[in-house]
Amino acid sequence: MATTTKGSAVLTLPSDTEILVTREFNAPRHLVWKVLTEPDLIKRWWAGQRGTVTSASVDLRVGGAWRYVMTADGGFEVGFHGEFREIDAPASMVQTEVYEGAPDGDSEPTLNHYALTELDGRTTLTVRTVTSSKELRDLIIDSGMEGGMQEGYDLLEELAAALAAS
Amino acid sequence: MARAATTTDAFNAVAEPRRREILDALAGGELAVGDLTELLGLAQPQVSKHLRVLREVGLVDVRDDGRRRLYRVNGAPLRAVHEWVVRYERLWNERFDLVDDVLDELTRTASEATEASKATTTTEEETGRGD
Repeated sequence: MATTTKGSAVLTLPSDTEILVTREFNAPRHLVWKVLTEPDLIKRWWAGQRGTVTSASVDLRVGGAWRYVMTADGGFEVGFHGEFREIDAPASMVQTEVYEGAPDGDSEPTLNHYALTELDGRTTLTVRTVTSSKELRDLIIDSGMEGGMQEGYDLLEELAAALAAS
Repeated sequence: MARAATTTDAFNAVAEPRRREILDALAGGELAVGDLTELLGLAQPQVSKHLRVLREVGLVDVRDDGRRRLYRVNGAPLRAVHEWVVRYERLWNERFDLVDDVLDELTRTASEATEASKATTTTEEETGRGD
């Protein structure tokens, strides 16, 4: 596989308060690290297809803060922020993440573990999100990401429907 | 002190690979414990244990058919899990696809820089030889 594979992230649920996303990139680790940590590059991917990141600040050191603001396609603006707990460039980092648009203002923080391993010039990234409760896990999915929420169900949903019918 | 149950909802129940295998097997239709042990190559007590967890969170229903107990998938709680997973996975896929674009650009810039420096070196070498 010499090319990148669109839409190939694999999501698993190690426990009822953890979410693990794994994805391989056709680039060396130091470049993936750069894309994950430099504000001008973060602006280009953080919002996915749901809007635009209008500002990104990153103080990449233990105890340092980060904050991104995105304008969702629906027009509303929402911020995310947190701080770095562990940094081992370009192999791993742990950061907290607070969603500022929760019903009560700031959400409880999640703890996000990023780990990067390189093999033959390709990099595998895992993002493990640890939530303090199931309620928080459920909130994550509502976090300013309305743009994609009402889209039609895909194959997994069809599978669920098939299972329901069986 | 009794420890809180670790398996409290459908999310946790499907986090276990063996339980996902059981659900996959049951997706094809009702099965008895014996069918599942055969299909999955697991010991009967293990299968029973997983089935109990799946029943507790409502992912699997059971009915008596003569002397056999037949298990089947109940899709309702599974639907909630899948819906959540699909949404979250879609967000990360959107993000990662954009990361690909940024990486393509960075690697292209890096290789162009290498090419440029090679070209410069070659020119210098040629110039050197010419002297």
